[in-house]
Amino acid sequence: MTNSQNNSSVVDPRGPKPRKIMSRRNIILYGTLLVVAIYYLIPLYVMIVTSLKGMPEIRLGNIFSPPVEVTFEPWIKAWAQACTGLNCDGLSRGFWNSVKITIPSVFVSIAIASINGYALANWRFKGANLFFTILIFGAFIPYQIMIYPLVILLRDLGIYTKLPGLILIHSIFGMPILTLLFRNYFTTIPEELFKAARVDGAKFWGIYFRVMMPMSLPIFVVAIIMQVTGIWNDFLFGVIYTKPDTYPMTVQLNNIVNSVQGVKEYNVNMAATLLTGLVPLTVYFVSGKLFVKGITAGAVKG
Amino acid sequence: MNSIEINNLSLNFGDVKVLKDLNLSVNKGEFLVLLGASGCGKSTLLNCIAGLLEINDGQIYINNQNVTWFEPSERGIGMVFQSYALYPQMSVKGNLSFSLKNAKLSKDEIEKRVKHASEILQIESLLDRKPAALSGGQRQRVAIGRALVRDVEVFLFDEPLSNLDAKLRTELRVEIKRLHQKLDNTMIYVTHDQIEAMTLADRIAIMRDGLIQQLDTPKIIYSNPVNKYVAGFIGSPGMNFLKGKILQDGKPIFKLEGGWCESPDLSNYKFQETIKVEKEVWLGIRPESVVVGGEAENMPVNFNLEIEVFEPMGADTLVWSQIGGQEFRFMVDVNTSINVGGTLTVGFDPAHASIFDLESEERL
Repeated sequence: MTNSQNNSSVVDPRGPKPRKIMSRRNIILYGTLLVVAIYYLIPLYVMIVTSLKGMPEIRLGNIFSPPVEVTFEPWIKAWAQACTGLNCDGLSRGFWNSVKITIPSVFVSIAIASINGYALANWRFKGANLFFTILIFGAFIPYQIMIYPLVILLRDLGIYTKLPGLILIHSIFGMPILTLLFRNYFTTIPEELFKAARVDGAKFWGIYFRVMMPMSLPIFVVAIIMQVTGIWNDFLFGVIYTKPDTYPMTVQLNNIVNSVQGVKEYNVNMAATLLTGLVPLTVYFVSGKLFVKGITAGAVKG
Repeated sequence: MNSIEINNLSLNFGDVKVLKDLNLSVNKGEFLVLLGASGCGKSTLLNCIAGLLEINDGQIYINNQNVTWFEPSERGIGMVFQSYALYPQMSVKGNLSFSLKNAKLSKDEIEKRVKHASEILQIESLLDRKPAALSGGQRQRVAIGRALVRDVEVFLFDEPLSNLDAKLRTELRVEIKRLHQKLDNTMIYVTHDQIEAMTLADRIAIMRDGLIQQLDTPKIIYSNPVNKYVAGFIGSPGMNFLKGKILQDGKPIFKLEGGWCESPDLSNYKFQETIKVEKEVWLGIRPESVVVGGEAENMPVNFNLEIEVFEPMGADTLVWSQIGGQEFRFMVDVNTSINVGGTLTVGFDPAHASIFDLESEERL
């Protein structure tokens, strides 16, 4: 008792409280995080090393060992030579198809959805609530229900199995969730700002382009990421609404990996899979910070 | 000439009637303050005048032009908001010139007007900054500037000082008053702060439940409130209300409920109507009009009170006490020696009191 009192009088606490780095809390926290991180990274590691090995090395069966002889042959083959059906020009065609599908779909869906969200949040027109309810309802209908009717619709429009058809489908299916996202974000922008712009003589489009849009970069980034990854990774619509010439990358990847003839070229399959996943991965890495900011900003109000 | 004229304005939010058949006219160059507790419809009324809310019925004239169906930008108004509402991505200059660009004015004219406004408000050195790099006071100045550049007849202020700290609020309050004297525009100013209302206004409109209770000069509202609500709202600390009856004893006298040795003679009070005997009333006395000590003895009514609590407020001390079980507050000079449990001689003049009907709470 006297001892501790002495101590406290000698070392008079002052300034920030000292913290132990190797406290039990830190060890448990960082230990858990480390284990989880390794757990998620192992498959990626296996894919990368396998894609850099030759077939003889793979047949040894040691999937965790790094490649003895690094070869980029499987990557080249996956990109330019792998066969799907009759075509033997690799994933490159699928890649360009996917690019041609993704860019216009992302652009169209975000352009329309952001204007929808803006109109719903700021211009309370008659029937806005009904419109919004219908839209939300749309977000919860399983896609599978609409597949066949849409086939007929696209056929009648004459764009079935063509790229514009798939672009249209993606743009429409992105609409409910994106509109919700934008509406929720725009309602967080103070209403007085909108009022001030109206007093200042800005009209519907003026307020959208000059006041709302410049303030909404984070949510646009979120929308772009959601749409790019969603549309790029889509398989169902790709396989239904296109034909071999217009297959997006994911469908082509599936055809390469799941081909039943010949030897299973694991290294080529791994390289092809990595190539396909590269686009969404890049998008995440480039926009990480903005993404987090936008996600939290859009989630505040309902 | 009327700058603003509002006829039979009604506005509903769904089933809720926010403004009910409201009439108001504002003279040219007048500073009118809309005062009321939150939810009384004062900001809503301002938004209706600005055209930011669609009204359900009635007409609005600005400068003798019926603007009821006009867009906000076409009404000849400038508006300043509580949250400043500056466009965050634009510089101060961009904020000031936004409306002028929308109106498609020439570059020279824009330049000229921005310069003029920023000189008046002393924000020339801030023109290239973004709103985020400004202090609260500077932001509100830019917001006022945004209304100023538009060269409009009517300025609308929606609680412009509520987001500022107390010191800055007093400073900007004076500045707004100066601005009004210099520009001579019509200004309508919404606030819940009675001090702002009293200091700025040519006339105050006190609102409650979507109705204007009293519209008059600050002086008259203070001295002759039309009902108990207005009387209680204006003045700090609030008016004392003593419940009792008016009796006739050759002259009208006030008899306190709960018993009191005094029965103030009301013959000098200017009743607005002849009073029935035994009418139940509130007798309202402002704490400031109560005097103590020697002065009290010269008052028509004077009596002794026991001190319960006192609150020193700098120049004055607010004393809490009771008369016949009813709360009674009054101000004494800070140098008066007082202690809890002690007694003071206090007095007031019933001629300067306010008397309200107990039921209707209207002034009698």
